[in-house]
Amino acid sequence: MNILTIARNELRRIFVSPLAWAVLAVVQLILGFVFINLLIDYAKNAEMGDQFTGVSDYMGGALYGFATIVLLLVMPLMTMRLFAEERKSGSLTLLLSAPVSLTEIVLGKFLGLFGFMLALLGLIALMPLSLLPGCDLDLGRIGAGLLGVLLIMMAFGAAGLFVSSLTREPTIAAVGSFGLLLLIWLSQILSYQDFPGAEVFGYLSLIGHYEDLRRGVFDSADVIYYLLFTALFLGLTVQRLDLERN
Amino acid sequence: MEGEILIEARQLSRRYGPTLAVSDLNLTLRKGEIIGLLGPNGAGKSTTLKMLAGCLAPSAGDIRIKGISLREEPKLAKTHLGYLPEQPPVYPELSVDEYLDYCAGLHGMTRAARAAAVAQSKNACGLNEAARRNIGNLSKGFQQRVGLAQAIIHRPPVIILDEPTVGLDPNQIREIRALIVELGQSHSVILSSHILPEIQAVCQRVMIISRGRRVYNEPVADAAAFDSVTVRLRRGSKALLASVPGAGTVTEIGEGRYRVAVIPGTDPREAIAEAAARRDWGLIELRAEQKTLEEIFVELTSGEDLKEAA
Repeated sequence: MNILTIARNELRRIFVSPLAWAVLAVVQLILGFVFINLLIDYAKNAEMGDQFTGVSDYMGGALYGFATIVLLLVMPLMTMRLFAEERKSGSLTLLLSAPVSLTEIVLGKFLGLFGFMLALLGLIALMPLSLLPGCDLDLGRIGAGLLGVLLIMMAFGAAGLFVSSLTREPTIAAVGSFGLLLLIWLSQILSYQDFPGAEVFGYLSLIGHYEDLRRGVFDSADVIYYLLFTALFLGLTVQRLDLERN
Repeated sequence: MEGEILIEARQLSRRYGPTLAVSDLNLTLRKGEIIGLLGPNGAGKSTTLKMLAGCLAPSAGDIRIKGISLREEPKLAKTHLGYLPEQPPVYPELSVDEYLDYCAGLHGMTRAARAAAVAQSKNACGLNEAARRNIGNLSKGFQQRVGLAQAIIHRPPVIILDEPTVGLDPNQIREIRALIVELGQSHSVILSSHILPEIQAVCQRVMIISRGRRVYNEPVADAAAFDSVTVRLRRGSKALLASVPGAGTVTEIGEGRYRVAVIPGTDPREAIAEAAARRDWGLIELRAEQKTLEEIFVELTSGEDLKEAA
């Protein structure tokens, strides 16, 4: 109940700010540009579509791969305000003095952000789905890719929420969460090094688990990885807010 | 005073690293009381109020709101509180209606109850004409009112106000003060301020905090009582004045002025005037030496500095 109240308010505040619309517009513009490019490419070399790579794989897979990079850039912008701005303007006090628990505050904020993620996901989904009338899409494959995009957005969002709870400057929160996400993303590189335990870094990397989903392979381990990642950062945010009070 | 105890804080302390912001503070708020928290800047007023509102955990001590521990059952205890921090906790991008509706929702009100609560709260704080405007476009005074409306929307028995009139123009200050007095009739209020006349005008009890300690805690009416009378006579003497009923020790201050200590509970002014007229002392001045809140404040808060410096 409290979580929903906070989430609804958060979603409303996200969408009354021009930032959300600007982000949606820019993401759509860039992905649309990439999509058209892929489409032209595919139409030119239609013969490369064989029994292993179909249009769903080519269009969907490549588009979603590119989408994660764009999301890495824009999600910190969406999460930076969540706690940092509230702390700066003093409105965080409203939540802290209201009869709601810290967990409810964090979950409410995340759920509000999740609403925005769904809107973004809807726009991303529409592009490959616009091909439906013209060709035979593998909806399972597209669905797995979209699920991957959503999971990666959740992970980015949770990490961004945590960084936002650390500071009172939204811009610092944005830079900080971008840095954190890129670092976890790039930990993949370490796994190519030759030292004992190097493969652990590959397993921890944000992007490694995305590859399978993008290719349409639904592995519950990957899904659990993202859910755990999200839960970990939400939990850290609650701890951080509790620490602030003491 | 016999009202039900709404807030009870015992041995409250708060540290910020090595700095002790509040130390060993005791506070009791009863039903129907308006307490003024007074203190120089940095005395620990805001810290105290933040702890009472549950936004800051005390380093030591215990707070009970209506007998419910704020530490053990924060959610339940907070339902009895309304808090307006120094900066009104508003979202500039929301309209007054949207914001108040959200605040009512945070306090667990149902949709039907929310509309009535919002209307009532807007009425009380004079926000009706601003209802549809964005809070960010309102003046500071109106934002303050929105903050106040937020604090009373769930009709809490206790309202905590941190410097509610700061940054307002004189008219707005008067309006907010009148509003606080009105709220005081149905709620208990704690407010902090460093404006002395404000406390005198609004509160029933004053608590002065200096360097995190409580140094004064008396009803405002007591501060208005007087303990000596100054008399100026053309012809008279110490001995004559001392013989007047109700007069205590008499000291001569010079230029025919005398300070007559008052035996507590009596008012010798009338007797002095009568005696002076009857015996032809040539009375030309007679006034009660009232200790103002300002004098008490200066005495208590600067005295600390002197002691520390010594």
